[in-house]
Amino acid sequence: MNLNANSVDSLVAEIQGFSGSSQDVNHLNNLLKQSEDVIRSQAATFASCLTQLDPSIHSLGYLYILEACTAGPIPEAQANELVLSVVRFIDVCSVAQIRLVPDKFISICKRLHEQVMILGAPMRAVAPLLTAIRKIQPSSEHLTPLHPDFLQVCLLSKCYKTGYSILEDDVYEVDQPRDFFLYCYYGGMICIGQKRFAKALELFHNVVTAPMSSMNAIAVEAYKKYILVSLIHLRQFSATFPKYTSSVAQRNLKNFSQPYIELANSYSTGNISELEAFVVANQEKFENGNNLGLVKQVVSSMYKRNIQRLTQTYLTLSLQDIANTAQISTAKEAEMHVLEMIEDGEIYATINQKDGMVRFLEDPEEYKTCEMIEHIDSSISRIMKLSKKLTTMDESMACDPLYLSKVGRERQRFDFDDFDGVPQKFNL
Amino acid sequence: METEEEASGQMTDEIYTNGVDDESLSQQQQRRPIISGEQLDIEAYAALYTGRTKISRLIFIADKCGNVSMQLEALRMAYDEIKKGENTQLFREVVQKIDGRLGPNYSSDSGWMDAVDRRADQRKEKLENELNAYRTNLIKESIRMGYNDFGDFYYAHGALGDAFKNYVRTRDYCTTAKHIIHMCLNAILVSIEMGQFAHVTSYVSKAEQNKNDLDPITIAKLQCAAGLAHLEAKKYKHAARKFLETAPELGNNYSEVIAAQDVATYGGLCALAIIDNINFRNFLELVPEVRELIHNFYSSHYASCLEYLGNLKANLLLDIHLHDHVEMLYTQIRNKALIQYTHPFVSVDLNMMANAFKTTVAGLQKELEALITDNQIQARIDSHNKILYARHADQRKATFQRVLQTGIEFDRDVRGMLLRANLLKHDFNLKASRKI
Repeated sequence: MNLNANSVDSLVAEIQGFSGSSQDVNHLNNLLKQSEDVIRSQAATFASCLTQLDPSIHSLGYLYILEACTAGPIPEAQANELVLSVVRFIDVCSVAQIRLVPDKFISICKRLHEQVMILGAPMRAVAPLLTAIRKIQPSSEHLTPLHPDFLQVCLLSKCYKTGYSILEDDVYEVDQPRDFFLYCYYGGMICIGQKRFAKALELFHNVVTAPMSSMNAIAVEAYKKYILVSLIHLRQFSATFPKYTSSVAQRNLKNFSQPYIELANSYSTGNISELEAFVVANQEKFENGNNLGLVKQVVSSMYKRNIQRLTQTYLTLSLQDIANTAQISTAKEAEMHVLEMIEDGEIYATINQKDGMVRFLEDPEEYKTCEMIEHIDSSISRIMKLSKKLTTMDESMACDPLYLSKVGRERQRFDFDDFDGVPQKFNL
Repeated sequence: METEEEASGQMTDEIYTNGVDDESLSQQQQRRPIISGEQLDIEAYAALYTGRTKISRLIFIADKCGNVSMQLEALRMAYDEIKKGENTQLFREVVQKIDGRLGPNYSSDSGWMDAVDRRADQRKEKLENELNAYRTNLIKESIRMGYNDFGDFYYAHGALGDAFKNYVRTRDYCTTAKHIIHMCLNAILVSIEMGQFAHVTSYVSKAEQNKNDLDPITIAKLQCAAGLAHLEAKKYKHAARKFLETAPELGNNYSEVIAAQDVATYGGLCALAIIDNINFRNFLELVPEVRELIHNFYSSHYASCLEYLGNLKANLLLDIHLHDHVEMLYTQIRNKALIQYTHPFVSVDLNMMANAFKTTVAGLQKELEALITDNQIQARIDSHNKILYARHADQRKATFQRVLQTGIEFDRDVRGMLLRANLLKHDFNLKASRKI
């Protein structure tokens, strides 16, 4: 006991002593790694010492002890306190120190996530997790295991805007496919919440077309939402997969989302009453998939699609005619739809309420303004950057020994087979 | 007959009000039209054809016309025509259709049928013996003749499948190009009767391989057959070309399949629906209505053109080959007329256009809407003032839009590609590390 108390004290002393220069911190890291078992077994004793440490200066040691404390099961009474201390730590900890042991940092963040979920207060983890991601991320292109957790709490607490901020970064570096799938899936849902359908479509598309060797539930759910968002945003859905889609996905996804495919088929006929009848008939299925809200949006997007078609054919049209052609029940309702579409910038039109006429206009954008030129300019430079990246990646892949050995092996085997064929023919 | 004359008189009046000049009116009266707005003159119609097609056309008219007196007339002529031949099966069918409505003269004549059947059996036996004799002697030409006789025999008795088989069998014994052409023509004839237009196409091309031995009439026949096959396959463009290419030598030489008038009608309508320029004088003279409507179409008298078409419709629906395609061709012609009408204008008053097409503004608006949606007319409708405005594509704007769109797509695709590549790499690493 005494010995233990000693070791605790000495370890705390060492933590206090070696938290200065980076050399010292490295040394401390080695020390702590060696005494990990001790810390774990004496978690309770160490916990009491936390008060002697300053999380902003002694981040590494603090992290080790905190991780040990949270490793075991946590009684409900302490949960609140634990959440508080983790949040405080995430807030002030030193980036350089925690990056020495990212596993431990991620593990306490995961515990935080777990606890706020148990407490039923996901909102509490939104800000800390965002900070945590920014601190542990080597660059904004890296996907951390914290991304999905963060997006999940954002979704649950409806903090779509905060969640969306992280989706604006392009992610390229992925460690765990599962993290990536969940990141895209939750991300897509957040984009739907923000009505950023194009981005949502892109994220779901990434899940559906991601290389996979076996089916997973995330991909199936993402595919369902992909169909719906595609109908809402693009007003159409093409059931063919791009050819880079994994064969597993190509073979199975459609079987798992039959009602959704049928919905898309029914949508393409352009008949609203038919679509509505189909939705009512399959309401339960959509409800079970938690997609009923989106399905309803699909139905209302059908009206918009029909109105948008009219803009191609008419210069002026009375509201009553719009209602008739787009199968809307009253002229009043048609006016509402048109107004909504004008507000969303989907069509350009003016409504003359006196005669009940709508005048459709051409897109007023002349592509002459400075802003437009700036926009184009920035697009060009972004794309140039992107294609440079592509070239670099291509080169690095061409030099990758793993890739080369795999390609080489395949070719060799192929040659060998070829060779083998000849004598067999002679045997005949 | 008198009533028909009256009807024709009425019709010419109608045409007169449509603004056809006196000259064509007098032409109209001189030439008794075969196909016209009046009720079909079955006798004149039937006189154009010979052989089996005459019978099948008459039966077809009887089935489709839905007019009892006309139906009986057609059946009566079919009955008479069958009596001249040996096809007892068809005879039974027609008798059943007449169902005693034409009096005792047109009832089931069992004596005649028995006689024909008996004669047929004897003839068949004789042919079989002959063929066997030829086969043992191995004289190619005789065997060919034998099979050919068999084909003729079966054809006459209505066993089309067997006839086709026997005609085709002669192929192995053909020694000259003439024989092959003969075989092909027989096969084509039977195939058309059977409605097997795939065979028609293949035998036409087979026959056309022997270019040097084809006389102009045969070429014309083959072109007609090919045209029919294309028509049946809904390839109106090819059909139109074939009919237009058909040489005037055809005359009445192919009456067992098609009349020269038909070539004009089929070709004219298909060409009007699809092709831009029709130079088709020789045949068009035979069917003044079609000539007139084509002429009207190109001189932009759409109302009278469509009126002609409307008048012709009832009778075209009674045509054994064209009936399935009438609706399709009519919509295409109408659409083409609409497009052609709007083409030269920047703005078109819908009221005037509706007048020109003899339709209501609302109906016209619907049709135009469909065509605009289909991108066949570049225009937009001002439904408030009922004016159609041509829409001139703004190249500059379109280019900007396309460029930006392409940029966005490229951006998205490249990012997706990089991601997938990284995911694949991850998988690689995972496997590799496991192996190590």
